[in-house]
Amino acid sequence: MIEKLRQMVEEAKQKMDQAASLADAEGLRVKYLGKKGELTEILRSMGSLPPEERKTLGQAANTARSQLEQLLNENMERFRQMEKAAELSAETIDVTEPGQVIPIGAKHLLTITTDEIIRVFSGMGFSVSEGPEVETVFNNFDALNSPPNHPSRDMTDTFYISEDVLLRTQTSPVQVRTLLSQKPPIKVIAPGRCFRCDTPDATHSPMFQQVEGLAVDEGITMSDLKGVLDRFAKSLFGSSEKTRFRPHHFPFTEPSAEMDVSCFKCGGKGCRFCKGSGWIEIMGCGMVHPNVLKVGGVDTERYTGFAFGMGVERIALLKYEVDDIRLIYENDARFIRQFK
Amino acid sequence: MLVPIRWLKSYTDMDVSLEVFCERMVMSGSNIETVEVFGEEIEGVVVGKIRKIEPHPNADRLLVAQVDVGAGEPIQICTGAMNIFEGAFVPVALDGSRVPGPLHGKEKVEGGEIIRAGELRGLVSNGMMCNCTELGFSDKVVPIKHRDGIWILDGEFVPGTDIIQALELDEAVVDFEITPNRPDCLSMVGMAREAAAVFGTALRYPETDCSKVSAEQTGDHIRVAVDNQDLCRRFTGRVVKDIRIAQSPWWLQHRLISAGMRPINNIVDITNYVMLEYGQPIHAYDLRHIRGGEIRVDTATEGEIFTTLDGQERSLTTDMLMIRDAEGPIGIAGVMGGLDSEIRDDTSVIFVEAANFSGDSVRATSKKLGLRTEASSRFEKGLDPNLAAQACDRVCYLIEMLEAGTVLSGSVDLYPEPANPKTHEIRISRMSHVLGVDLTGEQIEGYLNALEMKTERLEDRIRVMPPTVRMDLVEEVDYVEEVARMYGYDRLPMTLPRSHVESVRTANQMIRETAKNTLMGLGVNEIQTYSFVSPKTVEKIGLSPEDPARRFVTLLNPLGEDTSVMRTMLLPNMLEVLSRNMARSIEGMRAYELGNTFWVGDDPHAQLPTEKDVLCAALYGEQESFFTLKGILTELLSVLGIEESDFVAETGNAAYHPGRCANIVYRGAVIGTLGQIHPTVAEAYDLTQTVYAADLSFHALYSLVDMDKKYEPLPKYPAMKRDFAMVVEEQVQVGDLEKEIKAHAGDLLEAVKLFDIYRGNQVAKGSKSVAFSLTYRAKDRTLKEAEVNEINTRVLVALKEAHHAVLREM
Repeated sequence: MIEKLRQMVEEAKQKMDQAASLADAEGLRVKYLGKKGELTEILRSMGSLPPEERKTLGQAANTARSQLEQLLNENMERFRQMEKAAELSAETIDVTEPGQVIPIGAKHLLTITTDEIIRVFSGMGFSVSEGPEVETVFNNFDALNSPPNHPSRDMTDTFYISEDVLLRTQTSPVQVRTLLSQKPPIKVIAPGRCFRCDTPDATHSPMFQQVEGLAVDEGITMSDLKGVLDRFAKSLFGSSEKTRFRPHHFPFTEPSAEMDVSCFKCGGKGCRFCKGSGWIEIMGCGMVHPNVLKVGGVDTERYTGFAFGMGVERIALLKYEVDDIRLIYENDARFIRQFK
Repeated sequence: MLVPIRWLKSYTDMDVSLEVFCERMVMSGSNIETVEVFGEEIEGVVVGKIRKIEPHPNADRLLVAQVDVGAGEPIQICTGAMNIFEGAFVPVALDGSRVPGPLHGKEKVEGGEIIRAGELRGLVSNGMMCNCTELGFSDKVVPIKHRDGIWILDGEFVPGTDIIQALELDEAVVDFEITPNRPDCLSMVGMAREAAAVFGTALRYPETDCSKVSAEQTGDHIRVAVDNQDLCRRFTGRVVKDIRIAQSPWWLQHRLISAGMRPINNIVDITNYVMLEYGQPIHAYDLRHIRGGEIRVDTATEGEIFTTLDGQERSLTTDMLMIRDAEGPIGIAGVMGGLDSEIRDDTSVIFVEAANFSGDSVRATSKKLGLRTEASSRFEKGLDPNLAAQACDRVCYLIEMLEAGTVLSGSVDLYPEPANPKTHEIRISRMSHVLGVDLTGEQIEGYLNALEMKTERLEDRIRVMPPTVRMDLVEEVDYVEEVARMYGYDRLPMTLPRSHVESVRTANQMIRETAKNTLMGLGVNEIQTYSFVSPKTVEKIGLSPEDPARRFVTLLNPLGEDTSVMRTMLLPNMLEVLSRNMARSIEGMRAYELGNTFWVGDDPHAQLPTEKDVLCAALYGEQESFFTLKGILTELLSVLGIEESDFVAETGNAAYHPGRCANIVYRGAVIGTLGQIHPTVAEAYDLTQTVYAADLSFHALYSLVDMDKKYEPLPKYPAMKRDFAMVVEEQVQVGDLEKEIKAHAGDLLEAVKLFDIYRGNQVAKGSKSVAFSLTYRAKDRTLKEAEVNEINTRVLVALKEAHHAVLREM
């Protein structure tokens, strides 16, 4: 009987070796351990044996059972894993098929550029101010110390709505509005649309956008102006760029300057891009003219200030290497989406 | 302002390289547009003397010249130019030489052209005799007589001399950008004053004293009266007789050419030369044609006709200041002289006028006549009246020097109120206060003295007396700039303001930014279009005649009709953009613009129109529909805290399809419109694909937005769902069904979701099946089947009563 048990285990091992699937293994389980299985049969026949023999055989049968169970468990697990692997393998996809894109929208290049400018100045404590596009001649010229016969007031340069009302030619009138409505300390920037009588071409647009800046407080100096704008330029164009301040003239600032940034194409050596000078003009700036501060009722002995203004298109064209300003207002989807 | 450097150096002895010169001039405030070094592209061009000319045996239109170029035998050159003659001195480009060009009939080549010996119709030609353009002179400044044919040089030369040496052609010309506050720099003397200050050199003024003046008096030949002293602050002039009109010497011609003016004849050239030197316009009259020997300066009579020296007849008005003689006008003051009194070849006596006319008057006249001249543009910018006499004397000096005439003694000079030098007092402390750097009184005085300003130290102040040409200096702050630029902006330190101010943003700015970010996330691209549009847009979009959006803010001087009024809506621009994208075969696009519109009449007393923000969104493409756009708007409004807005069908908006348009209503007010673009409008804009568009009165949303977010506890008890489908007539709107459900389901209803609409064989024609999923939940307990069933039954009954909705088997 014991020999029979041993043979049975041996046979089960051999059969298991030949088994190819979970179903085969399950068949073996039924064959040996099932209700009518071979081991069950042997155990059932044990009742007729004498107690001594029954004990010995019982132990042998239990050993055989555990051997069979282990054999079955191990192999059934093996088959389960094989089947799972086969199942997963059948689910293989071609990972190089294109993704299903939910396309994000793109902000307009001018918004992106303006936002970058705002971000830099916000970091230096400037708030964003706004003013209307249709402005008074007073705010756009008179209050900004522009001489009554300045050529920029001509109808060949400025769009007029009436004798006293025009489309602002600069964001500088926001300086006037700010000075009239706020008390120092003042630190604002004012982005917005401006208009001048320029026929559209690759570098001109009758409508364009500027960002104006104004800081008024006790003890503000031209050295502060340089420091703030230098930090701005480094932040926008890269920390290795240098700035240069050249004397210039604007009616509403005195002293006035233009700020150049070292040419980021050639590194300042001089190239076509910077017309050989190594510098690229970025913006006009200067110390606010006392006449402008006076319009806002500011005590010019106590307070000083600086102002600056830059063209957003110009900065966008330079930074993103766009070669034609007309692309900006054409709104071709292929253009806009390059900046998403 | 073109400044030839060699000419500039005749007034001050600065000894620096061109590079250093430019750098330091720029940094002291004289910005430079361009620098051109003339003669850089000329190599191997020499003066040749033509020894012999013969016709070309094989070509009627060619000549064969033997030219002495200073080396051995004359060389043979064939040419098509017929103006050459034996004995003439000409520029010769030898074999292998380089000329700037452009060559005849060609484009200018960067770096110039190499000239090679060759053959012309069978004969050897060992180079090229050059004309002025081939040597790089612009057509605009070449003397008329040299314009056609080979350049015949005046004077005697040693054949073979390098042309650059012979004519001093190696001249650097710097084009300075002169800002409007510095008209004094529109002159060689003015630029020399700047250069002298920058380089610490002395300034030499031009010679003005004639040495061989005739005993005859100017006053015996001419009498002058100024009737309008407001417009003519000074009128001065001298008479010169024995005029010999001739060509100017090369040095004079060359300076004019380098400064961008075409040489004409000695007298005209001298007046132009002196204008460039001082900035003071000069006019020379032929005294024969000053009738009655008298000049009166007065305004014109209305409608008077006058022929200017360009041959044009001009109709005058009473505000135009004129120079008249005993019988009529002979010149428009400060603008242009008359044809009748201009200098001719047989002119023998001239009157040299140097006057100071009101800039405003000259500007107005010049503008009215559409006639802008060198003279008028200089008067417009403002001139120091003290220059007039100096300039007039300088003209006389040069005439004498060039032996072109005999200068008479004395002058006429009507100058009742001479401009005296001004004085200003400036505080030393103010300089550092504004600039942020400490400067001593001595330093400040030094900088100002260098600019020819007289100074006097008064303890903590300095009294300054600038030269009268510096009319831009009117107050203390002007001197701050003078000191700063002489000190050097580049030497100022870089600091940051000491005070701390917080950066704040307004609620509206944040709302706009949130809207833009949301739309970006929803795949909508931002566009930006012009604020001005064509008034025709309202027709194209189909606005009714009484629509307030037709009341435009109109430009007085638009560039064209397309940009002549300020927009009242963004939709027309949007449709143009989409149309353009369609025309460029772009398959689909989602776009929005958030911008302002301009409205008149909101406040009749307002000087300025009201500017209102509007959001326009639109889309086209295969996947797009009314409902994709509606979804975008709903999500956007939800982000802005505007929940539960109604979409109410609108049939009367001409821009939109009458059956596919809705007004967006929130708290009883229409805040926007959404729809498919009306086919007629689509056709007007060449929209080849269906476009869905929406406009939101964004300005009205600002006060409605609620972006405060508060946490609501997550549900603790399970929800119970009830799905049902019902059949209703086609015209029943699902929005109404939803409202009905909400009205009867009570507080336990958490959500209603429409999940299917079916039209087809399974339901009767003219009907649709609408399926809803209702979610019920209580916050404080688990719901019981029975109570939910009861509510749901109530809802179904209500739907049946209100909309004849018939429950369908699920």
